[in-house]
Amino acid sequence: MSWRERGEIALMSAPALILFLGFVIFPVITAAYYGFFKWKGYGPPIDFVWFENYRIILTDPAFLDTLRHNAFILVFSLVMQGPLAILVALLLNKKMRGRSIVRVLIFVPYVISEVIVGIGWSLMLQSGGALDETLRNMGLDWLIRDWLADPSIAIWTLMIIITWKYLGFAVIIMLAGLQGIPEELAEAAAVDGASYWQTQWRITLPLLGPTIRIWAFLSIIGSLQLFDLVYIIWGQYISSTAGTSTMATYMALTGRLSGNYGYGNAVAVVIFFISLTVALIYQRFVLRRDTEGALTGGN
Amino acid sequence: MARRSKNGYEWGSPFIYLVAAILISACLTPVIFIIVGAFRTNSELTTDPAGWPSQWQFSNYTNVLSTSLFWQQAGNSLIVALWTTLGVVLIGLMAAYVVARYQFRGRGALYALYASGLMFPLTVAITPLYLLIRSLKLVDTLPGVIIPQIAFGLPMTIIILVPFLRAIPKEIEEAAAIDGCSRLDFFWRIALRLSVPGLVTTGILAFVGSWNGYMLPLFVLNNPSLYTLPLGTQAFSSEHSVDTAAVLAFTSLSMLPALAFFSLFERRIVGGLTGAVKG
Repeated sequence: MSWRERGEIALMSAPALILFLGFVIFPVITAAYYGFFKWKGYGPPIDFVWFENYRIILTDPAFLDTLRHNAFILVFSLVMQGPLAILVALLLNKKMRGRSIVRVLIFVPYVISEVIVGIGWSLMLQSGGALDETLRNMGLDWLIRDWLADPSIAIWTLMIIITWKYLGFAVIIMLAGLQGIPEELAEAAAVDGASYWQTQWRITLPLLGPTIRIWAFLSIIGSLQLFDLVYIIWGQYISSTAGTSTMATYMALTGRLSGNYGYGNAVAVVIFFISLTVALIYQRFVLRRDTEGALTGGN
Repeated sequence: MARRSKNGYEWGSPFIYLVAAILISACLTPVIFIIVGAFRTNSELTTDPAGWPSQWQFSNYTNVLSTSLFWQQAGNSLIVALWTTLGVVLIGLMAAYVVARYQFRGRGALYALYASGLMFPLTVAITPLYLLIRSLKLVDTLPGVIIPQIAFGLPMTIIILVPFLRAIPKEIEEAAAIDGCSRLDFFWRIALRLSVPGLVTTGILAFVGSWNGYMLPLFVLNNPSLYTLPLGTQAFSSEHSVDTAAVLAFTSLSMLPALAFFSLFERRIVGGLTGAVKG
């Protein structure tokens, strides 16, 4: 390789590498360092407490609750969104009038910011709000619940909002995957007498496998990192009594908002290790066969 | 048999429209609630929260539009989103080009490093990132939001762009070289143009992501005149919690730009992801 080529590689990689190492990798590493201190964020960290922060986190019932909530969100995101998104994508992949309009409209929730979603949904769902009113008008008073504050309901409310918000993204990815599947295969199956659903089940779905597995990966990571929606709808304190707090809202609440930076960093490290473990297990057992290179390194 | 297979594709046409209609109304009802609700008076919203306006009130909207704070925050969002998009796309393209088209030791490791960024989401890094931004004296500045956003947008951009750049046939590059076109010329004149669908996709994802970004601005910006729209909307809604109609108007107006932008480019997003997801 010529020096000229080396120079080009260095020149073109430098901005990305500097930004990436400086603002993505470095903060995560410093989080690991600060996590060993009892530190309020001012002056250098001096109160080295070994694993004390981690001991407190892992024995705090409030944190263990958030862990359960994240696990619930993770599982139900996959179960609720995946099949629904595949069905919708299959539907939108068929020839029909107004297909492109339907496509745009179902992506609307994905495009709207979490803040707007949060404000809009909480106004609709508050006691005596639009949903309660609609149910009352339909004579379904017995269905009315305290959608946001009742701990046995609130997490399901959150799941519905998450499904509503992120279904569009799942559909975009599935549609992109479907476009990569040659139509001739379905046509050949049809000639051989396969019904529509047989074709989808036996041919389209397996070929969509890599797409589904990548989507599931993004969904899992997203579920473990969930912050905005919960923080906006349930606020800083109510989320724990409503049973919707997540690891990330716990981090914000116990870390920066209380000024305990050492502790907050330790929580970040715990979230990171949980995400990393889940991601590595997923890659090892699920993703390996289709993304040689994309996420596992090498090509 | 032949008839059945033909019917296989015609099957359930009315059913499909029904499902599509249900889907669309499920997706749009909350949005319509926000937009239409802002045309109502507060007393209407309290007594009959799910109804249609008896008389369309435009004042809620005009009141928001006449406040300078809304325009200032919309302007901040625009500045942040444009710079983020430009940075992510340009820097990401350069990095992806190296990974896709140069042969060198450590290329795989470099790619793995970028890809690992997907596992370092903002949530995990936010506390130390805030401290870093504070020590760089970038708290309460727009670059304090833009620079980290670019950094966190890079992994996804690089992963989407590499397959595009790799798909350019070697022969084109060789032909260009024979015509006296250097590697860098090739990059600017040919690779850039051929990867436009991927650039548009990553650009849209970066723009919408930045426009809607909440956590980073929440940590970095304290001064309301520097707020981006999501923060501004949130602040407005807690300050005017009694004035529901005004909150709905502010919320509607802050979602319109993203909606307009997205409906313009929707087709490109699906097109651009196709190359990446197949890979």
